[in-house]
Amino acid sequence: MKEAALRKEKRFDWLSFCLRWLVRAAALLTFALALFILGYILAKGVPYLRPELFARKYTSENVSMLPALLNTLSMTGLSLLIAAPLGVFSAVYLVEYAKRGSRVVKVIRLASETLSGIPSIVYGLFGMIFFVTAMRWGYSLLAGAFTLAIMVLPLLMRTTEEALLSVPDSYREGSFGLGAGRLRTVFRIVLPAAAPGILAGVILAVGRIVGETAALIFTAGALEKLAQSPMRAAATLAVHMYHLAGEGFHIGQTYATAVVLIVLVLGINGLSGFVAGRMTKGGKK
Amino acid sequence: MRRIHSFLKQRKEAFARVVFLVAACVCVLCVALICIYLFASAIPAIAEIGPLKFLGGRAWHPGVGEFGILPMMVGSLYVTAGAVAFGVPVGLLTAIYLAKFAGKRVARALRPLIALMAGLPSIIYGFLGLVVLAPLLRNLLGSGKSILTASLLLGIMILPTIISVSESAIRAVPAQYYEGALALGASHERSVFFVTVPAAKSGIMAALVLGIGRAVGETMAVIMVAGNQAVLPEGILSGVRTLTANIVLEMGYATDLHREALIATAAVLFVFILLINFLLSLLKRRDVR
Repeated sequence: MKEAALRKEKRFDWLSFCLRWLVRAAALLTFALALFILGYILAKGVPYLRPELFARKYTSENVSMLPALLNTLSMTGLSLLIAAPLGVFSAVYLVEYAKRGSRVVKVIRLASETLSGIPSIVYGLFGMIFFVTAMRWGYSLLAGAFTLAIMVLPLLMRTTEEALLSVPDSYREGSFGLGAGRLRTVFRIVLPAAAPGILAGVILAVGRIVGETAALIFTAGALEKLAQSPMRAAATLAVHMYHLAGEGFHIGQTYATAVVLIVLVLGINGLSGFVAGRMTKGGKK
Repeated sequence: MRRIHSFLKQRKEAFARVVFLVAACVCVLCVALICIYLFASAIPAIAEIGPLKFLGGRAWHPGVGEFGILPMMVGSLYVTAGAVAFGVPVGLLTAIYLAKFAGKRVARALRPLIALMAGLPSIIYGFLGLVVLAPLLRNLLGSGKSILTASLLLGIMILPTIISVSESAIRAVPAQYYEGALALGASHERSVFFVTVPAAKSGIMAALVLGIGRAVGETMAVIMVAGNQAVLPEGILSGVRTLTANIVLEMGYATDLHREALIATAAVLFVFILLINFLLSLLKRRDVR
């Protein structure tokens, strides 16, 4: 009897052993891949971050990214100007006004889910057919901004909705109890309380806009110049990098551009996490 | 006076309600516009080329009026399947590790890195694929830009999606399942793999479908590593062109029927994505039940 128990203990559980090491190996691989991607770009790119890469004018020798960087700023600003009010107002309607489960809500939900699944190249193509050709805006900052605005709209709607839902109902009841109407309650009570969550969503949208390429090549064009007006063509940083990488003459500078792009996007995403984190801390008080 | 005031207030409330409703309907309008404008160009083009010739044609020679997108559909299919074959096992195992094996410290180090991978723009992945992965595979296997390269790169790109979605699915499984398995004498690993993970099946399926959606729609990274030959691939080491790449490569100079055929390519892609979304909503509905 005792012998049998001992033998059983000695028998090694190969399956468990393999499974344990399998998951460890997979995690290690993911870990290594992420570190490699970041480390490789930084190591190759940082030495090329020279002042002439930020010259005021782009030439084919200095491949300055400054105009593209500034275009990215105006593109982001314009897109948000269009998308942020729309996204926030839609979410306000869904959370504060609409009856749960009404047909209108179902249709809106379906539409926003559909939008969030569409690949960016399809957005780009639609932007080209609609804004560039049908509206006759040509390759322009404005056409790009509208295309991107549609692209980030579902993201903004979803994050704002979550932020609004996390505002306790007692806030609303208190406001109604004091005699405020629905509109005043929304703007004075609910939106300020949800502001950090909404802001976190907006920052996430900025991250997507900054990193986007496919939706922009056929809407905003590839002009490596500072766009003076919304009707001018403008390459953003990601588009600029696509062209640099495609040409292949300035590999070092491409790495440097990649570094700036990574720092920008990761900084923006980190900021979003930080803002959202502050919100949850504030909520616990 | 008070009556006027309350009347105005009512009007204001009603007005605001309409404003919010209109804002909410914009996304419906966008979907409608996208459908209308895509299909308005796509359907006549497909009719002119002939649906069978368009969807089943093996030759894509816009210069002589041959518009068969079969090679591109097969290309998208292969590349996506390859991405899933690489990304899903690694992603799922990493998710299991994060949910059930990792210590707090390791998880705290790994999680930001996964968020980082999720946030990287696809152009960065594409560039890395071009300058690192493609030369590496060329030295090892003799062919740099191929289905294999694109699959590996896409597999890496869908990792964060797979990991985060399937991790939350695994975490959502009630702890009693795991504890019950332990109590019956199973080891930690066996309990996790044969009880907890199967119970998270529908969430993991959702992760798979989301990953497929991302891989099918990816453009800028694929275009830089796939080789982009518009012919049926002979093996996983031959170059291939995906539906998305077809659009980007030729849209810049296409005119007339060629242009419309490219828009029709996007429409086919759009239908693929709609099918994938439909599948996803089915999975979600089963989850709720």
